[in-house]
Amino acid sequence: MKKVFENLKNGLIKSNPVLVLALGLCPTLAVSTSIDNALGMTAAVLFVLISSNIVVSLIRNYTPNRVRIAVFIVIIATLVTIVDLTMQAFLPELSENLGIFIPLIVVNCIILGRAEAFASKNTPLNSTADALGMGMGFGIAIVIISFFRQVLGTGELSVFDREIFQAPGLTDNPMAIFILPMGAFLVIGVLLALLRYTGVIPNE
Amino acid sequence: MSSEKGSEQKKLMVSPAPHLHAKRSTRKIMFLVCLALLLPTTGGVYYFGIYTLFVVLVSVVTCVLTEFAAKMLRKREFVMDGSAVVTGMLLALVLPPRIPLWAVVIGAAFSIAIVKEAFGGLGYNIFNPALAGRAFLSVSFAGPMTNWIAPVSSPMGMDSVTTATPLSESFVNTGSTHELYLDLFLGDIGGCIGETSVLLILIGGIILLATGVIKWRIPGVFIGTVFLLTWLIPGEDPIFHILAGGLFLGAFFMATDYVTAPLTDRGQFIFAAGAGVLVVMIRLYGSMPEGVAYSILLMNAFTPLIDRYARPKPYGYAPPEKLEAKEEGNKDDKPKEERPEQKESKGEKTKGENLEQKESKGEKPRMRS
Repeated sequence: MKKVFENLKNGLIKSNPVLVLALGLCPTLAVSTSIDNALGMTAAVLFVLISSNIVVSLIRNYTPNRVRIAVFIVIIATLVTIVDLTMQAFLPELSENLGIFIPLIVVNCIILGRAEAFASKNTPLNSTADALGMGMGFGIAIVIISFFRQVLGTGELSVFDREIFQAPGLTDNPMAIFILPMGAFLVIGVLLALLRYTGVIPNE
Repeated sequence: MSSEKGSEQKKLMVSPAPHLHAKRSTRKIMFLVCLALLLPTTGGVYYFGIYTLFVVLVSVVTCVLTEFAAKMLRKREFVMDGSAVVTGMLLALVLPPRIPLWAVVIGAAFSIAIVKEAFGGLGYNIFNPALAGRAFLSVSFAGPMTNWIAPVSSPMGMDSVTTATPLSESFVNTGSTHELYLDLFLGDIGGCIGETSVLLILIGGIILLATGVIKWRIPGVFIGTVFLLTWLIPGEDPIFHILAGGLFLGAFFMATDYVTAPLTDRGQFIFAAGAGVLVVMIRLYGSMPEGVAYSILLMNAFTPLIDRYARPKPYGYAPPEKLEAKEEGNKDDKPKEERPEQKESKGEKTKGENLEQKESKGEKPRMRS
């Protein structure tokens, strides 16, 4: 049981997929323009990651080594299709905002990487814990990044149409660069530097 | 303590050839650039009022303070080499005359903290800090960054009239062409603080050329390319295109930056010509009226590549395949002579070393999605 907990904790900070392993940067940078998008993406990734890890782990002893990647892709693609269609049906606005990045979860490094590196070698329980930790780690990183991008880029913070606060001064002159892709790179770069400098994440 | 220091100095120094020593220190070069930049600054204050002086001062002070803070954070020694002062002045000179001071502070801090220090400080930055700061500001604050004013009647006043810059589509020339040329040459026209007066920039540039701080190649080829291309394209006025906008300021003071321009003569030629082509492309076919800043930044990105391609051949060097062919044909050919690469000795030693380091390290390919 202790090991399960270890696996869960592992993905949060120590080997955070985005901040430490630098995996899945493409969706992280692309959809972190607002907290809404970040949360939507996190939900999608969490669902796909947990389900794929469980399925891959369950069939790990029957999967021929040579075709394992193809098997992973089929499993992940099926799950992503479920997420995509569900989101289109019930959350059309979010689906439109996330656009191509939902189908692209199929080739997301975090999901494929965890299937290959962890789930195909571990029990379903441990794999679930790992998926939960990694998914939450991804969520933490993308929400932090989108928080800075939204506040600096639009001057206000609102989550699901509920306004939380307005930054005085920034609302009149929002720094539009932070909504653009350049701003995403700037935020993640400075964030990584700060986290390493303060020792929150290990310095290589 | 003193004996320890003495023994340290006596240690054998090993450094790769060529053993050339530049007469000028970085500080002296930066001082000369500052001196030359004072001319366009004076022009800015004369044409756009005393407020522009505050813009320059705020920019310089912010740059120096940010450099100090960054060095403290990185636990490095802070050296007042004047490069931050130059960056501050250059940044202010490419900003609109009525830019709010808080925006100047943000831009200057960005220039030094992100563009210069985050990459390793002087000698390691990929992009010209002042231009990158300007690009950051113009993307962030489109409104204040396009607020152009006509030259003011009295430098001490704060009144201003909004106007169109010569390169923008809404610009209407009221006088004759010759009057327009004269206005452009003297700087009596709307534009950034330090870019309007070609005359003052030219005097500053000649000072730098005469003292050997810069060479004619980059500014000459840069401006020449723009002139030639606009002369070849029908319906464009080449004299107008080289006088308008920030071409002279960019060509003399920004493109010649030691750190972000190629080292060799051939490399500098490619760099300047490429920047010239980009300026014409952006001005005539792009969505922006002016493109000097972006064209120099783009060529900055190509500088490592140009440096690698335009590396001078060592004396007597023949490429391996040619040598083999030669040896097969003529067995008693002289053996290949090797000579150390010739390098420009203008204080960019750090850059050369940096390039070599990068090459020797070799980056590990890593798959990512």
